[in-house]
Amino acid sequence: MYNQTEIIKDTTALGPEGELVINMGPQHPATHGVLHLVVTLNGETIKKIEPHLGYIHRSIEKMCESLTYRQFIYVTSRMDYLSSHINNTACALLIEKGMQIEVPERAQYVRVILNELTRIASHELWIGAMAMDLGAFTPFFYAFREREMITDIMEDTCGARLTMNYIVPGGLMYDIHPEFQNKVKAFIKQFKEKVVEYEDLVTNNVIFQSRTVGVGILSAQDAISFGCTGPVARASGVRCDIRKIAPYDVYDKVEFDEVIETAGDSFARYMVRIKEMNQSIRIIEQLIDSIPEGEFVGKTKNVLKLPKGEFYQRVETARGEFGVYIVSEGGTTPHRIKFRSPGFSNLSALSHMAEGSKIGDLMATMGTLDLVIPDIDR
Amino acid sequence: MTNEKIKEYISTYAPNVIYDETGEWLNLILEATEWQKLASVIKEPPIQMDFLFCLTCVDWKTHLTMVYHLSSTKHRQNIVIKVNLAIDQPIINTVSAIWRTAEFHEREVFEMFGVDFINHPDLRKLILEDDFKGYPLRKDFEDPINMIKL
Repeated sequence: MYNQTEIIKDTTALGPEGELVINMGPQHPATHGVLHLVVTLNGETIKKIEPHLGYIHRSIEKMCESLTYRQFIYVTSRMDYLSSHINNTACALLIEKGMQIEVPERAQYVRVILNELTRIASHELWIGAMAMDLGAFTPFFYAFREREMITDIMEDTCGARLTMNYIVPGGLMYDIHPEFQNKVKAFIKQFKEKVVEYEDLVTNNVIFQSRTVGVGILSAQDAISFGCTGPVARASGVRCDIRKIAPYDVYDKVEFDEVIETAGDSFARYMVRIKEMNQSIRIIEQLIDSIPEGEFVGKTKNVLKLPKGEFYQRVETARGEFGVYIVSEGGTTPHRIKFRSPGFSNLSALSHMAEGSKIGDLMATMGTLDLVIPDIDR
Repeated sequence: MTNEKIKEYISTYAPNVIYDETGEWLNLILEATEWQKLASVIKEPPIQMDFLFCLTCVDWKTHLTMVYHLSSTKHRQNIVIKVNLAIDQPIINTVSAIWRTAEFHEREVFEMFGVDFINHPDLRKLILEDDFKGYPLRKDFEDPINMIKL
């Protein structure tokens, strides 16, 4: 993070060979949050990008050290606010693994359905926001029309639209809404009809294609070296879907394809997300009619105590691999907790991807990384 | 590739490694000087731990422990590397030339724990302000204004 005087100093700085240093952000419409990029330019060509983070750093890791294992889950909803269900699932899974708590099948089914709905909602918002960054305004409203149905389902089920806090160690906080299945089915029906419109509006759009095809190329080798995961790595041809590598809940029972593109450019990253939404619909369709009856939460003690040792849980969020690492001393609070956030690693590749391209292309490269700033800063 | 094979291969390069298999993944506990030699070895085939998915540090009050979670995209195997450091002068070699994601993660550990990474290309504060004093994720960090004791 920069302090005030340095921001002023940098904006007027001219480097040795006539390089120009400009500050993008912290308040910039295309960063969708407070991300500060110090871009070194030579004419219009990018030479280097230095991200400066921390504008919404809340030290969640330190905070969690003084919260109990029931409490700390709710903080994780505030990290990647577009994948809050999946973050909560990761924490719940870790505690269940550490304490060997059995999760009822009903809860596992509902968790997977909600995780996939979250993934669709996140990708929908991304499409709208990314298209808007590139100058197309209409897709934003189209995407939000479908996303609104998901947030309505979330509101009925969890009582909240964004920070759900519905998943607890052992299962779910309470049973699903009686209309849950019907509403999800109605959503699937509408989504299938309307997703074609995105293809017409965005995918086959000449302006969109000319701004994204061949822009911000990331090779498979670099994607691995930079620790990229999720759609960013899969667009470069790296198989990294945690749902396939280390299945959790009922992901090993459902059929779906890991979407892989090999071009590694911004357009490939766009295509991965579009195809992933269709795969998510496929997963939900397989589960929605067969949610088993029974308990929605397993038997747990009131006070949770993880045994002494170290635990790690990986899940696949909409942005990539999210990891929770807990070092426990056997007490009611963790000794050390670390959140491995996908955005942090994906961002580290930005300078490498944008190097040598024009500053106008930076919007496309950064947009397709799908950065959520609270997830990076933590 | 099984854990036994990994152990056998690593023993030829670093004989003093302590192995721990009580957790989910194979843990390797080693000295800072050994890690420097071993890091480039385990990235290359046959072990090919090419994906560093988590790099962090743990404060044990008496010493610090660097923790590296590594994964192989070819063999789908995970290992954990642990290196103990002295708390009064924590120094370790950087691995950012081997796994480039380490550059950002090491900068975070540098500002949060005060670990000094030798040969790091750009060791500055990443998240905190430049004039921030102290290492906030250490156990002895005190901030009477912003921290609330529960």
